[in-house]
Amino acid sequence: MTTQTNLPVDQQTVEAFSQRNGEPNWLSSLRLDALAKADDLPLPKPDKTKIAKWNFTQFANHTIDSEVYGSVEELPESIKTLIDVEKQGNLYIQRNNTPALLTLSEELKAKGVIFTDILTAAKEHPELVEKYFMTDAVKVDEHKLTALHAALVNGGAFLYVPKNVEIAEPIQAVYVHDHPGAALFNHVLVVADDNSSVTYVESYLATDDVKESVVNIVSEVIAKQNARVVYGAVDNLSAGTTTYVNRRGIAGRDSRIEWALGMMNDGDTVSENITKLIGDNSFGDTKMVVVGRGNQKQNFTTNITHWGKNSEGYILKHGVMKDAASSIFNGIGKIEHGATKANAEQESRVLMLSEKARGDANPILLIDEDDVTAGHAASVGRVDPMQLFYLMSRGISKHEAERLVIHGFLAPVVTKLPIEGVKRQLSEVIERKVQ
Amino acid sequence: MASTLIIKDLHVEIEGKEILKGVNLELDSGKIHVIMGPNGTGKSTLASAIMGHPKFDITKGEVLLNGENVLEMEVDERAQAGLFLAMQYPSEITGVTNADFLRSAINSRREEGQEISLMKFIKELDKNMDFLEMDQNMAQRYLNEGFSGGEKKRNEILQLMMIKPEFGILDEIDSGLDIDALKVVSKGINQMRGEDFGCLIITHYQRLLNYITPDHVHVMMQGRVVKSGGPELAHRLESEGYDWIKQELGIEDETVGQEA
Repeated sequence: MTTQTNLPVDQQTVEAFSQRNGEPNWLSSLRLDALAKADDLPLPKPDKTKIAKWNFTQFANHTIDSEVYGSVEELPESIKTLIDVEKQGNLYIQRNNTPALLTLSEELKAKGVIFTDILTAAKEHPELVEKYFMTDAVKVDEHKLTALHAALVNGGAFLYVPKNVEIAEPIQAVYVHDHPGAALFNHVLVVADDNSSVTYVESYLATDDVKESVVNIVSEVIAKQNARVVYGAVDNLSAGTTTYVNRRGIAGRDSRIEWALGMMNDGDTVSENITKLIGDNSFGDTKMVVVGRGNQKQNFTTNITHWGKNSEGYILKHGVMKDAASSIFNGIGKIEHGATKANAEQESRVLMLSEKARGDANPILLIDEDDVTAGHAASVGRVDPMQLFYLMSRGISKHEAERLVIHGFLAPVVTKLPIEGVKRQLSEVIERKVQ
Repeated sequence: MASTLIIKDLHVEIEGKEILKGVNLELDSGKIHVIMGPNGTGKSTLASAIMGHPKFDITKGEVLLNGENVLEMEVDERAQAGLFLAMQYPSEITGVTNADFLRSAINSRREEGQEISLMKFIKELDKNMDFLEMDQNMAQRYLNEGFSGGEKKRNEILQLMMIKPEFGILDEIDSGLDIDALKVVSKGINQMRGEDFGCLIITHYQRLLNYITPDHVHVMMQGRVVKSGGPELAHRLESEGYDWIKQELGIEDETVGQEA
């Protein structure tokens, strides 16, 4: 008996892929279980965006062998510009699904820090990866796209920071999408053990104008007791790529997770960013900027859920929409019963640059505890004519005045990115997209 | 070179309501003019309309800067031609530092390749901020964001001193200032005083004129300039108020929209 399936790959393909990588049994069977579930599970339901007809599943190639880079010096300019070539000792570069360059300083190795591609990590550090890989932050069977992700994961990075290790310099990853038919199922797993601290910054870029492609990203951040994780990202995938990106964090007691996310994809995108403040005194902060252009449709759901007492959650989202782009910004601050003295704050602002652009900011507070504080602010509007008048009255041209206002509007996230090259990348992408 | 700013029979509407009903005024560089008058008589409208505020419609008249009608220019072109408006309520602009903004403004008046050097800019900025008793960190703060009322007014004068326009129009630069801030703001304006700078100060308080001696004083009522004179006119207004002018001209309600 054969069953009709709408999935792009079958069981044999997944098995073969897993075998070729020499994956441990737990991962092979996790993949096959997930694949079996993926067919029946429904798509996620991002509030206010209909995604039933989006292409999350059809792509030309699951696996592409891309050329690797021998050293940092050999990197193409488009990547080099993101990196402090002199100083960046901890770097992972991936081309499509191929790990293309990895460096980790001797100092961090000696301290027990692990930083490698996710599939190597699954083999070499199964005790850690198996424990956290889609078990807690994101579950395999949440919906079709998480299941598909688990079945088809073909890239990503694993970063482990042992107890009491504080890493001052940022760890950097660059994911390059430069093959027209390549699908990317990228998994990033960051585990910061007790009292540790780390900054991880990733850039997704498409060097070719990739057409009709699928990118499915899951990032899991586990911040254990009194740990601190700063997670920066600039997503800049091509117009032809449909992206599902799910970045989640779990914060233990006294820990902090801070996100700075530049969402600059040119294609249709569903983004979920959830921070679970499990431990008492935990802290979550999400800062996100978005620029939408062309006809792209996007949905950004940001959620901070509080279980811990005295936990604090802050969401700040600023979006600029031009042309006929449309975006939904859902912000959810949720306080569970028992999370006394929790504080949930959020702000969403959307700036519309054209008549046809659409933006919708939906702040939602769900509170099941009396002894808390919470607040939200949201606005959707155009560039303030009084701001333009003010700037122009000093001799600044209208075009330049608009540029200043827009850059200023997006600055709260740009300035947050901890790597100069990536900060510059985000500024330049914004410049290019809004002009 | 002496410059002139001539306002001829200026009529201005907002949302179909006429606010200015034929304003005539001639300013020369080297002179400080003051427009006084009670609230609601069209003073701020005059200031905003000259600069090109988007809400105001000019229905009649001309504003000639050295013979050129600025009403046909875009706002930025008016500024580049030599006009400056210190606003009553300056906008706050997140993410744009005061220093970056000022440099853009200065360079907008210069040809490409002739931009002010960073060193020279910083030197001048430091000097002027010291002069206005402003905290140096205000240069790196976002433009007017979170500034107190007094800080905003000082910042307007800082811009005036950095940009050095031919004509400065100062719309209620003195309102909401305590006496110390008022002294500093006046000091800035007096510093600008000279052959190449003409100024139109709009106020309804005589107290500013304790620190700045005007060359000419005008009174606006019902959307027109109804009386002009020298500094002695301001003193008389201070001691006697406006009623004597209303009586002289047979005006009952001085605000716009009420005809005598």
